[in-house]
Amino acid sequence: MKIFTLLVSSILVNNFVMSRFLGICPFLGVSKQVETAVGMGAAVTFVMAIASAATYVVQVSILDKFGLGYMQTIVFILIIAALVQLVELFIKKASPTLYQALGVYLPLITTNCAVLGIAILNIQMELSLLESVVHAVGAALGFTLSIVLFAGIRERLALADVPESFQGFPVALITASLMSIAFLGFTGLV
Amino acid sequence: MSLKDFKNGLIDENPTFVQLIGMCPTLAVTTSSMSGLSMGLATTAVLIGSNLVISLLRKFIPDKIRIPAFVVIIATFVTLIQMFMNAFVPALYASLGLYIPLIVVNCIILARAEAFASKYGPVRSMADGLGMGLGFTAALTILASIRELLGAGSIFGISVLGSAYKPALLMILPPGAFLALGILIGFKNWITRKKAMNN
Repeated sequence: MKIFTLLVSSILVNNFVMSRFLGICPFLGVSKQVETAVGMGAAVTFVMAIASAATYVVQVSILDKFGLGYMQTIVFILIIAALVQLVELFIKKASPTLYQALGVYLPLITTNCAVLGIAILNIQMELSLLESVVHAVGAALGFTLSIVLFAGIRERLALADVPESFQGFPVALITASLMSIAFLGFTGLV
Repeated sequence: MSLKDFKNGLIDENPTFVQLIGMCPTLAVTTSSMSGLSMGLATTAVLIGSNLVISLLRKFIPDKIRIPAFVVIIATFVTLIQMFMNAFVPALYASLGLYIPLIVVNCIILARAEAFASKYGPVRSMADGLGMGLGFTAALTILASIRELLGAGSIFGISVLGSAYKPALLMILPPGAFLALGILIGFKNWITRKKAMNN
């Protein structure tokens, strides 16, 4: 039951983009087309799930064991950077089609704060290995949900008549604000 | 030269209003003036430190592995700030929480390392770090003050609008962050356009 609650709350209630403000750069940067937004979402989901498992294992078996908790930030960012490289190499060999689709976004994920964010959050919330992975997948699905919806709106917005000063970034932010209000409606769901 | 680098970051190439980078902390911690200001200053400290060290080491870091090397240097300074804040301002550290370690992935810092510190000397790099950092701090403080003023009727915890003011709670909730920043950047664009037209 706890797993299910965790999943729902990380997708809707504590949506990474809309309420925690993690992963804003790709949210605003690669949300001009629905197709690319889906690609980015898939890549982030993949990396976040693996990164959560890897950082959890390292935290428990190395950092906690030897009292090196203060090294967390440095160790985690290195793990994530290495992991992204590894995933990139692996996908390139295993499935060139998927690599073609995700290619551009993979390196960008290293500096996506959602990935480091979920790793640190998992440790702070004292989740188990399974819960960490579920939490990561939920958060990533929440990220995908909001970026795909947002891309859909922006595709329409590109054709709208917006005051010149507000074209592009400002109107995107105001749109995101309205979406965020909608997401507030999920508060108290779980 | 250094003065020009400083002003460049503070105004001409302000990270938040002009370059539009480092958006995660900008939106997340600007619920009150105090947390906006302290987040800005913490980032400034990391930026000055990382720019200085990267600039000093720029001739020794091989080009191929420069990005991981930069990230390790940045993460070291972030860890220092984390420990420092945890020791001296624990309440503030707790309120900023997750966003302090996330300074590592703030694009401003890596962008300055790559675009500036890896090319110029230590003094200019520090000036650049200070300018960019304070530009970021100023933007965060302005945004946070607007949100706190509308959302709680106060600035830096001091009541400004009096008790008759009914706070617009929305402004300190997540949607308020997007809304305030969007309008602020739109307003800045409008001023820039007016200026350009007058010239």
